[in-house]
Amino acid sequence: MLKSKTSRWLAGPYLVWMAAFIVVPLFIVIWYAMTNSDGQFTLDNLTQIGRYSSVFARSLILAAVSTVICLVLAFPVGYFLSRLRANKQHIMLMLVMLPMWMNFLLRTYAWMTLLEKNGLINKFFGLFGIGPFNMINTSGAVVLGMVYNYLPFMILPIYTAMTKIDDSIIEAAQDLGCNVWQILWRVLVPLTGPGIATGITQVFVPSVSTFIISRMLGGGSNLLIGDLIELQFLGNSYNLNLGSAMSLVLMVIVLLCMSFTSSFDESEMEGVM
Amino acid sequence: MNKKQSVILQRTYIILIFCFMYLPIAVMIAFSFNESKSRSNFTGFTLDWYKSLFHNEMILSALGLSLVLALVSSVLATVLGTLATIGINSMSRRTQLIVNNISYVPVVNPEIITGVSLMLLFVMAQNFGLGGDGGLFGWPTLIIAHITFNVPYVIFNVGPKLRQLDPSLYNAALDLGCTPRQAFFKVILPQLSPAILSAFLICLTYSIDDFMISYFNSGTMQTLPIAIYSMTRKKVSPEINALSAVMFCVILAIILISNAADSRAYRKNQTAIRKAMQEEGER
Repeated sequence: MLKSKTSRWLAGPYLVWMAAFIVVPLFIVIWYAMTNSDGQFTLDNLTQIGRYSSVFARSLILAAVSTVICLVLAFPVGYFLSRLRANKQHIMLMLVMLPMWMNFLLRTYAWMTLLEKNGLINKFFGLFGIGPFNMINTSGAVVLGMVYNYLPFMILPIYTAMTKIDDSIIEAAQDLGCNVWQILWRVLVPLTGPGIATGITQVFVPSVSTFIISRMLGGGSNLLIGDLIELQFLGNSYNLNLGSAMSLVLMVIVLLCMSFTSSFDESEMEGVM
Repeated sequence: MNKKQSVILQRTYIILIFCFMYLPIAVMIAFSFNESKSRSNFTGFTLDWYKSLFHNEMILSALGLSLVLALVSSVLATVLGTLATIGINSMSRRTQLIVNNISYVPVVNPEIITGVSLMLLFVMAQNFGLGGDGGLFGWPTLIIAHITFNVPYVIFNVGPKLRQLDPSLYNAALDLGCTPRQAFFKVILPQLSPAILSAFLICLTYSIDDFMISYFNSGTMQTLPIAIYSMTRKKVSPEINALSAVMFCVILAIILISNAADSRAYRKNQTAIRKAMQEEGER
């Protein structure tokens, strides 16, 4: 029907848009990363990044820890929700998604006030005569912020994968003598592989590139890649070339992460087939 | 472990997770009614923070800007995306794959990268003299940025729907004397309209909620999330709590209304089907 040659032209405006605002900007990032402020070719920007390796390492570690915590917390949630009756599932799903629609700056701000030295949590500990603990401006607070903000992104894909698992498969495994752990590792995890892979990317990518969470909950001592990039583009150390080089490295990290999870995804699928 | 115990365990776990997700929000809402500025001592009930929130010029103008920006960019993104979907659908397999993969870039790329890459493009354009003395950053950059990150969601929402359409519908319309244009507007478009509408709503929410990409491309303008950010950077103000409470209620209301509308439409549909089946039976 609409397969006619003339209807192809309808995509014209978008193709121009896509080229101008998706493809060209990425090449400009590469171009800025490879030049100095006079426009001369240089690799200095990329080699300079070595000086910030501790920041890159911290970003990767904190994002990885948050992703693992999210996975461990979300997996049972996805399973339990998928076993509920349909109308209950619907309500629960709404409850999972509701905080997601709240602006994430406000969500992070909420933790800022809770974790303060004289915040509500320390006050609660004070009732038992312990504390006050130093919680805000630590890397733990940053991890907490990441887990809190991105947990729904892990729950939803795992839940979706779980709904496709028939109860009878689990019952069959039980009948054939599997214990709880064997059901988990041999049935549930392989069958939810694609969901887990999606969840990992959806949590890891925003975690590794954030600068809001580290700024609000991490204080000055927990700089992440995102903070570094922001400082180069809008902050005090204004240097578009260095910032572009950092963005380029961040993109490579994200690409590596995604190719890793997608390969995991496929091999799991093959195992199931 | 027997069945009853495991059910109790499951329930407790779910409740704990929901506590983790909702307690921070609940605390914020509770403290929006707190008389003093303290964030840990509840000293007395007041609505003053709501009053000062609704008189806060910065927040109100940021809200206005965010709404206009969301509306304009979502309408444009929906039109651009719908046209693109139809065009892409009639391309060869290979080209389709390439276009779709490029469209995925803003979806999978970290938002900060999309933000800075667009910023670099605009900086370059400015260096070439575009935008004049006032510079380019402001409305034009914000609208371009928002359209750019919204169009892919339109394409990925409308595309599957378009592929599901029966091609003979269009041919039938032509056979019955429609011009191609009439066939498109009277037959194809109505079939696609639910998907287009939901894509438009997705664009609206993404646009209102976006901080990262706007942050790098707003110049001195403040969208609502940017205003919230600058509020959290400054001294403590319980107005933020009041704002959170208001936003939470608005979101909750929207969800409840859309849910009620959904289930009503569902019920209506069911009764219609039942009625039709009865009539069929009577015949």
